[in-house]
Amino acid sequence: MMDPMDALPLKPFELMTVDDYAAIGLKCGLEVHQQLLTRSKLFCRCPAGLYSSDYDAEILRHMRPTLSEMGEYDGTALMEKKTRKNIIYRVHHATVCTYEFDDTPPFAMDDDAIDIALGLALLLRLNLVDELHIARKQYLDGSIPAGFQRTTILGVDGWLPFKDRRIGIRQLGLEEDSCREVYDRGHERAFLTDRLGTPLIEVVTEPDMVTPQETAEACSLIGRLCRSTGKVRRGYGATRQDVNVSVTGGTRIEIKGVPQIWRIPRLVYNEASRQLALLRIRDELAARGVTRDTVRTASRDVTALLEGTSYAPVRAAVTIGHRARCILLAKFAGLLNTPTQQYRTFAGEFSDRVRVIACLTALPNLVHSDAASTSLSAREWQALRQQMNADPDDTLILVWGDRCDTETACAEIDARAREATIGVPSDTRQPFKDGTNGFERVLPGAARMYPDTDMPPIEITANRLRRARANLPEFLWHTEARFRTGGMVEADLLRLAISSRSVVATRAIEELHLSPVLLGVLLSQRLIALRRAGLRPHRLTNDALEAILTAYARGRVAREGLAWLLEQILRRRSTDTIIDEDVLRFLDELDMQPATEARIEQTIDRALDAAAPRHFATRRKRERYVMGRLMAELIGRVEGTALLRRLGERLDRPRPAVPRERAKA
Amino acid sequence: MSDVVSDNRSNGYRGPGLDALGRHGVSVWCDVEVKTTTGRFRGIVLPRSETSDDRHIVLKLANGYNVGLAADSIEAMTTHGRREATYGIAEQDFPIDPRKPNIVLFGTGGTIASRLDYRSGAVVPAFSPGELYGSVPELADYCNLRTEKLFGVFSENMGPEQYACLARRIGEAIEDGVDGVVIGHGTDTMHHTAAALTFMVQDPPVPIVLVGSQRSSDRPSSDAALNLICAVKTAAESDIAEVLVCMFGPTSDQYCLLHRGTRVRKMHSSYRSTFRTIGDIPVGMVDPDRITTFRDDYKHRRSDRKVIVNPAYSEDVTLLYYYPGMKPDVMEALIETGYRGIIIAGTGLGHVNKPTYRALGRARDAGVHVYMTVQTLWGYVGMYVYETGREMMALGVIPLANMLPEVAFIKLSWALGRTDDRDEVKHIMLTSIGDEITEREPYNGYLVYQGAVPEIQEFLRTIKR
Repeated sequence: MMDPMDALPLKPFELMTVDDYAAIGLKCGLEVHQQLLTRSKLFCRCPAGLYSSDYDAEILRHMRPTLSEMGEYDGTALMEKKTRKNIIYRVHHATVCTYEFDDTPPFAMDDDAIDIALGLALLLRLNLVDELHIARKQYLDGSIPAGFQRTTILGVDGWLPFKDRRIGIRQLGLEEDSCREVYDRGHERAFLTDRLGTPLIEVVTEPDMVTPQETAEACSLIGRLCRSTGKVRRGYGATRQDVNVSVTGGTRIEIKGVPQIWRIPRLVYNEASRQLALLRIRDELAARGVTRDTVRTASRDVTALLEGTSYAPVRAAVTIGHRARCILLAKFAGLLNTPTQQYRTFAGEFSDRVRVIACLTALPNLVHSDAASTSLSAREWQALRQQMNADPDDTLILVWGDRCDTETACAEIDARAREATIGVPSDTRQPFKDGTNGFERVLPGAARMYPDTDMPPIEITANRLRRARANLPEFLWHTEARFRTGGMVEADLLRLAISSRSVVATRAIEELHLSPVLLGVLLSQRLIALRRAGLRPHRLTNDALEAILTAYARGRVAREGLAWLLEQILRRRSTDTIIDEDVLRFLDELDMQPATEARIEQTIDRALDAAAPRHFATRRKRERYVMGRLMAELIGRVEGTALLRRLGERLDRPRPAVPRERAKA
Repeated sequence: MSDVVSDNRSNGYRGPGLDALGRHGVSVWCDVEVKTTTGRFRGIVLPRSETSDDRHIVLKLANGYNVGLAADSIEAMTTHGRREATYGIAEQDFPIDPRKPNIVLFGTGGTIASRLDYRSGAVVPAFSPGELYGSVPELADYCNLRTEKLFGVFSENMGPEQYACLARRIGEAIEDGVDGVVIGHGTDTMHHTAAALTFMVQDPPVPIVLVGSQRSSDRPSSDAALNLICAVKTAAESDIAEVLVCMFGPTSDQYCLLHRGTRVRKMHSSYRSTFRTIGDIPVGMVDPDRITTFRDDYKHRRSDRKVIVNPAYSEDVTLLYYYPGMKPDVMEALIETGYRGIIIAGTGLGHVNKPTYRALGRARDAGVHVYMTVQTLWGYVGMYVYETGREMMALGVIPLANMLPEVAFIKLSWALGRTDDRDEVKHIMLTSIGDEITEREPYNGYLVYQGAVPEIQEFLRTIKR
């Protein structure tokens, strides 16, 4: 039988079932961040949505923790203080003013952003607040130069329909986006400031999702609901989500900034696995008599012992005058090899802390005696064991670097070892591409909130609320249901329902009684194809599209001509917007009436006359050539397959006059 | 500070807001569940800012956010206990080391150390050696710190009474043997106070350093800590026995500049690097590790305890900022109101329009002391350059060389507090005490660089270094 400490506590990801997740009590919640489509940033009038990694100047800041309004220090704040980072902001004149780097107080909150957020608050059926109070949410990691993010909430306790039940929405916040990190090395971290200040909403759900797949689906639903307003930004980074995960006996853990929804399931799986593994480690420690009160560690500088080591990282450090420091974890032997996530072991928990808090960012940043053979020589480990007075059931961890950093590192390892006796520490974790996660910072609490003394409260007036209600789009799921009932292809309807064209489709179905299938093809697939062809179909206003559909409904355009017509309008009109009048004029210029019998016959006659059989090697080649001529003239006015059939008949049954004439010649 | 007198028990609530609380038997700091017409909310009732409307109540939710609920939408409120905020900076005893210099920090208000005031919705100063040590423990590396709160006013409310009190207390502290004085001060009028102290506390044997912050210390990126560390280091270790302003050099957290009290001016309403020495170079720069002086013409630290304290002051002085089209009645009104001294901030080299000449004549006749400074801030008054300047001088206007307008205002107030004798006042005004008038303007004294110029852009790109 496999030793339980040597394997992941869960079945492989692919084999996990709903019941398996129910058995471990998996609960997931989401915090979906979505940038809003506004002209300016939230608290200054810099343009939103303009990105550039180029920069004109650099500014250096340090962050110090401050007290909360309720007189408490936040744990995150204290952690960041230990890291002593030089934080460098790169600023570009086009994207940043003195507000972003906190040298000018905030300007009035962007009205469009409030209106968009208010609309979403209504769609999420939240209890709305009557007055917005701006809070400062502390971020000491440097991601915001002020050291805090200005944020406010518009409502609490709403819900979304999901499958056959409801998902609770805890709150909707409106806040400024943070900086983009450029690098984080040692005691220096750099950020780009272009994204900073972009209006962003944060939708926080209750922990109502119970499988990794459901979590992704709910996330997708919230994202689609946001997009159905047509007033949110798209593109990489415009939507980012934090995923909160817990299992029975574990802790709520936040995986921060997941950029794509498809990554969510595996991240959730690995986090569930990690929590179960940490709980098992706690139990194993308890069985060894190691509890919160009895945990014992000891650390000391061991540079002298390792001066001649052949283990390259340590040798390199010692050569430049850095120190090596060893910490003993009493009775931890063997535990550091315990797998916590796919490809990761318990040792990673220590390494992460050392990397983030002690700023020893070059990996590997530690070695340990549970995996002794891969680092120092057996003799060196033996010497360390002696020096540290280690018993066989103790584990040693070795770190190296600047003296101060090695001390911080050992203090953090000690802290993490203590937490191991309690279970799963409250962390914010960063997602990795392989579906695992790593320590980012201590989970912040309410103590990091502080009222913003620079901004007075903003009343949500009855007028504003009325306006928001009036501008509300239909509920996404209602639109989807209508399209689905009409038989629209699922892929088309999912795209169309959140597109600004969905109102066109709805009206065409209800007022013009057009086929949803056709509308799906035209307004979803066709427009995408035209965009890919570089024809910029967004220039067509909804009115213009409705004019086209109305013309079709009234018989002015053949069904076959619709797609062609769209393309021709886009090709021949170069203006930035194409309105309904442009469409009508265009229809007048072209003759888009379905072709009459007589005209079809005449056209075929002329085409056949111009393509004498002797010029063609086979009948098929002649047919193809003639068909091309016919389509050039009749496209949009007759159905292609019908035309081909007629042409075939004519080729098989040539008019007697033709050969006779040729004979004469 | 807020002048609004309020009933403490109502904590800023009045009108419908107060009625709603009263109706449901709820008071501030109660943990309540509120049922409104839009839904349910749970949180702690917070005090309300007096400047906000009276139609909402403020709730702190469990997630830390505050929200406002309309008083007229509240249907029911149920109390589940009480939780009052106790705001205190983690206080720790400031360590005493007999080998370290003794520094006194005088508090006047401002945001060097502050906490939140719920009623005004603004930050108010908080201040004690323990609190300072709790938030900026580095201070103990430099000195033994004693603090004394003289008053708690925002910078704009500093005035003659405060200048005099400060000057006396500084004199006493020097006599008591302190090795340096630090003054926590709001930034708006720090340069006025610095000028006043230069005249009122002459020839001190130790540094007198004014310091403040542009971002309140309740913000993680505040400049307060670095400013305070640098000011304390300067007071404790520097050799410069003058009145100095110690504030951020660049906007980056790198170093502070030491400005002479008479040559410094706040030049930006919100930048951290707002204080600049005008028409000269600063005395030096300081970071937590090092003090670097840029010149050697400063007064050096002495071991004696001698200091001349003279807190004279007349409040009958005004500062008149000339504008095109100014009518003589402005100045005439000042004369009639009884002002005895007028500092004019004139255009260019020190000019006012022709119609004002009539008023200048009347001022001379009424015995009003009129001095000319320049709106350009940089450069000297040059009243011989144009005929008009000579005409004005004939009307009794005395040019003040490159004295800054605010400094001239403070100095004339101080001079008129001592004497009304025309010649004596003139002698005081034109005799430089702390470089308020300098003989030479160095080539690198005037530096207002312009962005977008390639070499400036190149400089900005690397300024953090």
